[in-house]
Amino acid sequence: MNLKTKALKKSLWVYHMSGGSCNNCDIEILDCLTPKFDIERFGMVLVGSPRHADVLLCTGIVNKKCVERVKEVYKQTAKPCVVVAIGSCACSGGMFRDGYQMGGPLDTIIPVDVYIPGCPPKPEAMIAGIVKFLEKLK
Amino acid sequence: MSAIYIFLSFVMVFLSFSICGMLAMWMDRKVTARLQFRVGPPWYQNFADFIKLTGKETLIPEKANTFMFIAAPVLGLIATTIAGTIILLILKNQVSFSTDAILILYLLTIPSLSIILGGSASGNVLAAVGISREMKLLLGYELPFICTLVISAIKSGTTTSLGSIIQFQQQNGMILGSFSGVIGFIIGVLSLQGKLGLVPFDLAEAEGELAGGSLIEYSGILLGLFKLTKAILLIAGPLLLISLYLGGFSISSITGVITGILKYILILVLFILIKNTNPRLRIDQTLKLFWGWLTLLGFAGILLAIAGW
Ligand code: SF4
Repeated sequence: MNLKTKALKKSLWVYHMSGGSCNNCDIEILDCLTPKFDIERFGMVLVGSPRHADVLLCTGIVNKKCVERVKEVYKQTAKPCVVVAIGSCACSGGMFRDGYQMGGPLDTIIPVDVYIPGCPPKPEAMIAGIVKFLEKLK
Repeated sequence: MSAIYIFLSFVMVFLSFSICGMLAMWMDRKVTARLQFRVGPPWYQNFADFIKLTGKETLIPEKANTFMFIAAPVLGLIATTIAGTIILLILKNQVSFSTDAILILYLLTIPSLSIILGGSASGNVLAAVGISREMKLLLGYELPFICTLVISAIKSGTTTSLGSIIQFQQQNGMILGSFSGVIGFIIGVLSLQGKLGLVPFDLAEAEGELAGGSLIEYSGILLGLFKLTKAILLIAGPLLLISLYLGGFSISSITGVITGILKYILILVLFILIKNTNPRLRIDQTLKLFWGWLTLLGFAGILLAIAGW
């Protein structure tokens, strides 16, 4: 493993993108930043622009309006980037899988690296998911 | 002094200031985290960030002016490093000319200008809002910052040479010990806070509403260069303030270096305290603060300095 990959593992900048979620997953993501979980100790910070991001956290069934936007944000992100599907909605469609607005799930639109199911997943689950991915990263 | 020596000291300043600056940025993040009852990042965090950014793809937006987009961060980095080199050579007593403080003042404006140039070259609307704020901020803090310089210059016998200001303080004690000195120091700290874009004045990079502000389109190594500029500025700015008000320090003896580090940490602690106890100001509030209160205070300081207080 070279130095740059090592540095990448120690400094993941996260961009949070909502593809039509019910807002609960987004709140759980913000929970990760609170003193109790404090993901900054792993070097993860929330950034405002996809150009700065290493990780795209996508929540929600990607509804039909959001499909193009999600693709656009993925194109705008500087590679290498990791795409994480947060919540049952983004992983599979969850309870909205038969909905008329369903445009996803996420992996039919952009390549997904990590799936974190749950409705909403706990912050512990998200941290565990990312850590498992980092262990596999070469 | 030969050209090679100057070039070598330029490289040395670049390396040492960026390393120290990143450590200072880490201290800032760590203390902020501890104040919020968090653990905070490890000490190598900013180095990891920078190395990671060198490995990322650098995207240049379609609408951007490619040359300016790439040149802006390089320009800012070089200007800050030159300012740092001059300050360090003055502290080593090797360079001194009659208007060097004014030159440093100009050089320290260029990093903000480079953000404005880069932001406007990227052709993004949010960046445009960011740079308009950055421009107003620049106009705002420049005037009080000049007052800071003028107060110190008057106190040390009307000289604009940083070398003589330091010499004056070595013979007569720090300028901070006088009334006008305290005023000038306070204004200087606040203006530097604005220059560094730290929290009460971070409106140009507002993560929340501007998505990264002026730097929104920057990625990869170019973003890394902006971070590096900020790290060097975080050393060079306080060093200027130390030379103007805290009597400078000599870098040839160990005790000199230790007092220098202590003085630097004092200023850094002030920055972190102000950062963590204040919410972000709106642009009109910022201008009111800089052009209203601080400029008035600055003029009062100049009058006091002329009166000899
Ligand atoms: S997974 Fe559950 S909590 Fe998350 S967006 Fe879907 S419905 Fe909401």
